[in-house]
Amino acid sequence: MHIVQAIVFLVVFVAAVYLFARKARQIRRNILLGRDVDLTDHPGQRWRNLLLLALGQKKMFRKPLVAVLHFFVYAGFIIINLEILEIVLDGLLAKHRLFSPILGGLYPWLISAFEVLAVLVIIGCAVFLIRRNVLHIRRFRGHDLDGWPRSDANYILITEIVLMTLFLTMNTADQVLQIRHYGHYAATGPFLVSGHLMPIFNPLSSWLLVLIERGAWWLHILGVLAFLNYLPYSKHLHILLSFPNSYYGDLNPKGKMENMPAVQHEVQLMMDPSLAANAPAGDGPPPKFGAKDIFDLTWKNLLDAYSCTECGRCTAACPANITGKKLSPRKIMMDTRDRAEAVGKIIDQHGGFQDDGKSLLRDYISEEELRACTTCNACVQECPVSINPLHIITQLRRHLVMEESSAPAEWNAMFSNIENNMAPWKFSPDDRDAWVNG
Amino acid sequence: MQIKTMAEYAASGETPEVLFWVGCAGSFDQRAQKITRAFASILDRLSIPFAILGKEESCTGDPARRAGNEFLFQMMAYNNIQVLNGYGVKKIVTACPHCFNTLKNEYPQLGGNYEVVHHATYLQQLMDAGRIKMKEAGSFKGKKITYHDSCYLGRANDIYEAPRQVLQLLDAELVEMKRCRSNGLCCGAGGAQMFKEEEKGSTRINFERGAAAVGTGASVIAANCPFCMTMLTDGVKEQGKEDSVKVLDIAELIAQDMA
Ligand code: SF4
Ligand code: SF4
Repeated sequence: MHIVQAIVFLVVFVAAVYLFARKARQIRRNILLGRDVDLTDHPGQRWRNLLLLALGQKKMFRKPLVAVLHFFVYAGFIIINLEILEIVLDGLLAKHRLFSPILGGLYPWLISAFEVLAVLVIIGCAVFLIRRNVLHIRRFRGHDLDGWPRSDANYILITEIVLMTLFLTMNTADQVLQIRHYGHYAATGPFLVSGHLMPIFNPLSSWLLVLIERGAWWLHILGVLAFLNYLPYSKHLHILLSFPNSYYGDLNPKGKMENMPAVQHEVQLMMDPSLAANAPAGDGPPPKFGAKDIFDLTWKNLLDAYSCTECGRCTAACPANITGKKLSPRKIMMDTRDRAEAVGKIIDQHGGFQDDGKSLLRDYISEEELRACTTCNACVQECPVSINPLHIITQLRRHLVMEESSAPAEWNAMFSNIENNMAPWKFSPDDRDAWVNG
Repeated sequence: MQIKTMAEYAASGETPEVLFWVGCAGSFDQRAQKITRAFASILDRLSIPFAILGKEESCTGDPARRAGNEFLFQMMAYNNIQVLNGYGVKKIVTACPHCFNTLKNEYPQLGGNYEVVHHATYLQQLMDAGRIKMKEAGSFKGKKITYHDSCYLGRANDIYEAPRQVLQLLDAELVEMKRCRSNGLCCGAGGAQMFKEEEKGSTRINFERGAAAVGTGASVIAANCPFCMTMLTDGVKEQGKEDSVKVLDIAELIAQDMA
């Protein structure tokens, strides 16, 4: 019996890990479709950001209450993995509570700590469910969440509650059986939470309790493996990607826009023709200006897209969105991820990318959205996982203006004023110091 | 007030302590010109040798770059850097956060390396050095003042405290809006929005911000940016408060009550 269980477990476990690894590879490939940028400088500062922002969740604490609840769920999630380690080893080795004899008196303390965390996770998830579905919080009501994204969030919260409940159920049944000295259920010492739940199970017969205990054990680990495979399709990928994303986050002042060396070079040649003699002969494809599709964005932009939690903190702070414009930085990130997924699918089907007549610009993100951005950096400031929606917006704007010459008439007037009068308005450059005599 | 240009300094073989980068708004916008004059008068009264570029100054290219026109930005930057490097400029002060950001963060990569300070920081440094003396009974004493964080000084460059410290010289009561510092709300002008109509929405960004500023009950809204100045002034007007609530730049506030 035990051997059969172990074999079934092994098959399920290997299959789950294999499927996850396959999807993870696809995502990695999709992210690397973006153009290259070197983000390996200042490793010290980057590690600090990873520790502070991803592990320490520093930005979450801009909203302290939510931060504490999120921290419960998060700490519960991370730490309970230790307990899952035991479950997996038990499953593979056909053992029961493998760590109990090894850890001795420490074991019940450890499990008790996990149980307390499990309760905190349940509380946290319950409050989050209420916040999302009952309370009218603007960032959870946005239309960019309609459909799948809204259900996705709820599925995850409910799953976590179920998993934690299964964990507590398993421990409670186990403890009752321990006290009855039933079968292999060796005494571990009392657990803090499930110890108090024992009266519920006391009236039940021992074989039923074994059924419950085994049932909960299997459902728990199957749930965890299912969760693992659900992650890559969900906004909850941030559990994993927030770490690399914080590491590779911007170190420059937020106001600094990315330079375009190709344009700089061309302008230099234009301004100083003597440089042209030494200029390298232009072989290779002509440079693209700005971004039209995900291939023109950087891999960090795409990593951003896959890291987005869809929490909407960016959108809630966006002045354009607050005043009813179409722009939502959260949607910019979700669109980018959707497009990357769509491109990935084409590659999977055809073994390479084939033009599907679509692009991130227009088919996903409209000009109207792009035009509304004030480059205020509020979205960048707010994002708890170091995402920069503004960088995508400015690259798409560059494409519009430089590749398509598509700008509102007023901007074209501004451009020609700058070019001819050295100022965005139609004043004579000779009057530039007229204020002195005012 | 005698204001010398960089060219005049160079001709006389002298070098000024600092170059005052006026910026397009500060040069041409009638309201912003007052800020420019106020700041220049502070430098003048403290006998700080400063220069302007005068007709040799050009737009930094900020609105062009943010609208997406990198070519135009690079052209402006190239010309400005030629001029600045030609004069061997070391230190620049400007009353415009957009110019400040571009000169400080974006010109170095293109070969323009200067010490760039925004006038809020510059005034704070003068204040810390004890150089700014205020009148005994200033006109803002005890009045309620609220301060609007410009995006390009605040979030873009993490400067939140310098302007607030300068405002303390006024002996006024500083009241904060709900969205302030890193939570501040944009005035709606950045990213070249100043130069076009807003997209369709339920209200204008500057109306939203104007309402928040007026809502503090302050009689003065302090700004640090000529573009915020325009936007907030409109926002206050929309609230029908243009007679009781004044929008003033920190330089104007200081200049008015300097001893
Ligand atoms: S930078 Fe643009 S998208 Fe981001 S908050 Fe500001 S206006 Fe919104
Ligand atoms: S970009 Fe950041 S702040 Fe915005 S929804 Fe995604 S995770 Fe949240």
